[in-house]
Amino acid sequence: MSSQTVAEAAGTDREYAHQEIDHGLNPRRIGDVVMEVKNITQRFGGVTAIKDVSFDILEGEVRAIIGPNGAGKSSMLNVINGFYHPQEGEVWFHGKKLGNLKPHQIARQGIARTFQNIALFHGMSTLDNIMTGRLTKMHRNIFWQALWSGPAEREEIAHREKVEQVIDFLEIQAIRKTPVGRLPYGLQKRVELGRALAAEPTLLLLDEPMAGMNVEEKQDMCRFILDMNDEFGTTIALIEHDMGVVMDIADRVVVLDYGKKIGDGTPDEVRGNQDVIDAYLGVSHD
Amino acid sequence: MLYREAGEFKTSYQADLATFPIRFDLWGFWSVIAVAALVVPFFVNDYWEQAIFLPFFIYALAALGLNILTGYCGQLSLGTGGFMAVGAYASYKLMTSFPGLDMISIVLISGAITAAVGVFFGLPSLRIKGFYLAVATLAAQFFLIWMFNKWGWFYNYSATGMIAAPERTMFGFAITGPYSKPAVTYLFCFAFLFVFAWVARNLVRGRIGRSWMAIRDMDIAAEIIGVNPLMSKLSAFAVSSFYIGMAGALYFALWKGAAEGTEAFPIELSFRVLFMIIIGGLGSILGSLIGAAFIVLLPVVFKVLFVEYWGWPTDIATHVQVILLGALIIGFLIAEPHGIAALWRTAKEKLRLWPFPH
Ligand SMILES: Nc1ncnc2c1ncn2[C@@H]1O[C@H](COP(=O)(O)OP(=O)(O)OP(=O)(O)O)[C@@H](O)[C@H]1O
Ligand SMILES: [Mg+2]
Repeated sequence: MSSQTVAEAAGTDREYAHQEIDHGLNPRRIGDVVMEVKNITQRFGGVTAIKDVSFDILEGEVRAIIGPNGAGKSSMLNVINGFYHPQEGEVWFHGKKLGNLKPHQIARQGIARTFQNIALFHGMSTLDNIMTGRLTKMHRNIFWQALWSGPAEREEIAHREKVEQVIDFLEIQAIRKTPVGRLPYGLQKRVELGRALAAEPTLLLLDEPMAGMNVEEKQDMCRFILDMNDEFGTTIALIEHDMGVVMDIADRVVVLDYGKKIGDGTPDEVRGNQDVIDAYLGVSHD
Repeated sequence: MLYREAGEFKTSYQADLATFPIRFDLWGFWSVIAVAALVVPFFVNDYWEQAIFLPFFIYALAALGLNILTGYCGQLSLGTGGFMAVGAYASYKLMTSFPGLDMISIVLISGAITAAVGVFFGLPSLRIKGFYLAVATLAAQFFLIWMFNKWGWFYNYSATGMIAAPERTMFGFAITGPYSKPAVTYLFCFAFLFVFAWVARNLVRGRIGRSWMAIRDMDIAAEIIGVNPLMSKLSAFAVSSFYIGMAGALYFALWKGAAEGTEAFPIELSFRVLFMIIIGGLGSILGSLIGAAFIVLLPVVFKVLFVEYWGWPTDIATHVQVILLGALIIGFLIAEPHGIAALWRTAKEKLRLWPFPH
């Protein structure tokens, strides 16, 4: 089974990582709460996409959000991003209420995101797409930009160096100058991850990063996610349908069904939860 | 074999960021500039100035402006004619109110005034997109022209309702007015285009350009990854209108010398500049220049070739020209939205390493 293979590969990594922690070699530590989602309710006309959902995300963990189609997972990320404005509830990040911040202001707090349907900038190259991930960190004003030589060029080069590190990390050197529209699906997903990574986020939201990929691509993606988490201590919240992958790379899992939270805990706890089993087996709701 | 990229290895990011990474291109570029700046002025006469060079420089500047807004930031505008009128009337008011002000400052300030007006009319872009925005800019076009004709203050209450550029000199050379020499107006407009094409290139390759393109390609994702749509769109309107305003000032003061709002800045002018960027290439600096050259030269070529050389009747030549232009625009929109500039790039890629493309 495909997911089994991926899961095994990831599992070995994980065991290895834990050994490293035991020997004090690896700084991977789960810390305090970085994000608290409190009693969110999001309605669209008659549809209630999210019903009174609360959960938290700890510093340095990989937090999965799972659930059947239409459960409200993507909507949850849109709420966190400030793109949807929930009727009820609050999102707190690093002890600050995100409240009425605009999406671009929330991005500046250190929250980056990839999308379920790839949302790359199709008119640009791979390199330029990933450079857009650093827009929040570039500040030279329009006059320096117009002049180019000097501060603007130096800023560009400094950020280019960071972006090249991301490109090396994701092993996409060969497609640096390729317009993203020409790339195959799997690579586009990887470039999108690169764009998010370039922002050096403290919280990374991934909406189905492995959807539609083959086993090999999934393995690569798992590896990137785990490496990112290990090496840079990036907190990750990911939505994923492949249960094998989720069970293996996630520290804790939130389960949504029809907009309601029906489970929350470690992969093992969630796996044993009767509501979750019912939701996935399609037991009718009444 | 003349043209190749092989052997041009980039050793630094700075070299990789260069506008002309291939040495052959860089040399070609500077040769063209040298000829344009040092040779042509000695030969340019009234006909070449009025029919080819000034129109090309001025339309190219306007096309750069519109391309920044429409090609790079994705905001369709049909108000180019109106914004050129703002630049023209601003320069007229400046020239008549401040006789001591030099012509360079006048053009720049006219651009700045147009930028402010452009930002104002760009405000709807924060709420509406595409077709609806185009209609809003169309309204700006008609409103502005109506305003310039309505209030006598704009044309200094002249009896004809026209504005005429007073005489201005620089370093002892007449730039505007009846005594200006073709070489002088040529060099003045050339310098503006040269400097501001370079500025446009710098803007689109850096932070601001990427924020424009991000908004153009996927505005929601752009906002979620941290692009402020307000700043991005309004800066595109500001920069774009600045260019178009300068073009309007030069159009009025150096090229035409006199203008009447409705006649000189009609909606056709907006479309002409839009056609330039469609044919030349949306989202391309080079494309703006190629498109302007194409549309300026097309009627000249038709006149010289078809009418004078082959003896076609003038009206038929004109009709053929309009049909050809229409066909080209539809063709480019369907087949190659990035215009002649993209065809040129593809041709160069083919030439690269010729005869061994891989
Ligand atoms: N902008 C919107 N307007 C109206 N309804 C919406 C909107 N966004 C989401 N919904 C509805 O909210 C519900 C949850 O959608 P959401 O995209 O969050 O599900 P999901 O869990 O991500 O599903 P999937 O696994 O298919 O991606 C769906 O019924 C959807 O139709
Ligand atoms: Mg979804």
